[in-house]
Amino acid sequence: MSSRVPDQPTCREIVELITDYLEGRLPLEARTRLEQHLVFCDWCRVYLEQIRQTIRVAGAVTEESLSPEKREELVRLFRDWKGKK
Amino acid sequence: MSSAGVDQGELELVASLRECDEAAFVALVQKCHPSMVRVARVFVTSEAVAEEVAQESWLAVLEGIGGFQGRSSLRSWIFSIVANRARTHAQREGRSAPFSSFQEQEDEVAVDPDRFNPPGHRWEGHWSAPPERWADEQLLIQETLQLTKKAMETLPPAQRQVIELRDVEGCSAEEVCEALGVSDGNQRVLLHRARSRVRAILEPHLRRTA
Repeated sequence: MSSRVPDQPTCREIVELITDYLEGRLPLEARTRLEQHLVFCDWCRVYLEQIRQTIRVAGAVTEESLSPEKREELVRLFRDWKGKK
Repeated sequence: MSSAGVDQGELELVASLRECDEAAFVALVQKCHPSMVRVARVFVTSEAVAEEVAQESWLAVLEGIGGFQGRSSLRSWIFSIVANRARTHAQREGRSAPFSSFQEQEDEVAVDPDRFNPPGHRWEGHWSAPPERWADEQLLIQETLQLTKKAMETLPPAQRQVIELRDVEGCSAEEVCEALGVSDGNQRVLLHRARSRVRAILEPHLRRTA
């Protein structure tokens, strides 16, 4: 069939494990195999880096802060609430 | 990993809120309100309703702070209030709550299978069309940020909720499970699919051109 080494994950399998890996949720053995794969597979290393970059971009998507008007509105809400207490 | 609100600053903030201290309220509002609107927005159809949900949630926070146990972080407690209210609104709007059914395709894959060598190939399952390195300089430019935002909007609701909370808001896995009422395993599946899809959408735009 194919010459792939048994027990060695394929790239296709690796990409499905990336999130568990980054979340620190891979069992030790699976993690070791994944890390071994990454040592020799440039492409999967690029893929992993792209996922990290994706996370970084997502984290930069929003930087908006509260407008003074909105803040005032919420302070009024607070004062009304406190007044009724 | 802090398992729950052991943060000293947070304990003081909670104590001040219980005393109805306006400065404490304002500090919390500055910190959380925009995120709360965004969390609500994932469930409801309009910005206005999301804003309304966030405001209602503040009242619930004020009413409930006395009973806040500190078992989760203050932020995840607040987000769970927002998520619950937003879900209620969404149901009233006639949108079904996406989580109750976890309607996800079972076989969704992270990367298009055509990019790997087919069965029988000498290198079966290894990349045939491998990814190309992305230039870091392209990453945080406005265009990429806009694209990422749009990409997240195209995700199925449950995936979108998880990626917004985890990667945009920076919540912990624990906080997300608490806020959305999902198991840790489901949370990870949703996160995995969401990140994979967003990566795939970004890919053709970020592929480094020689």
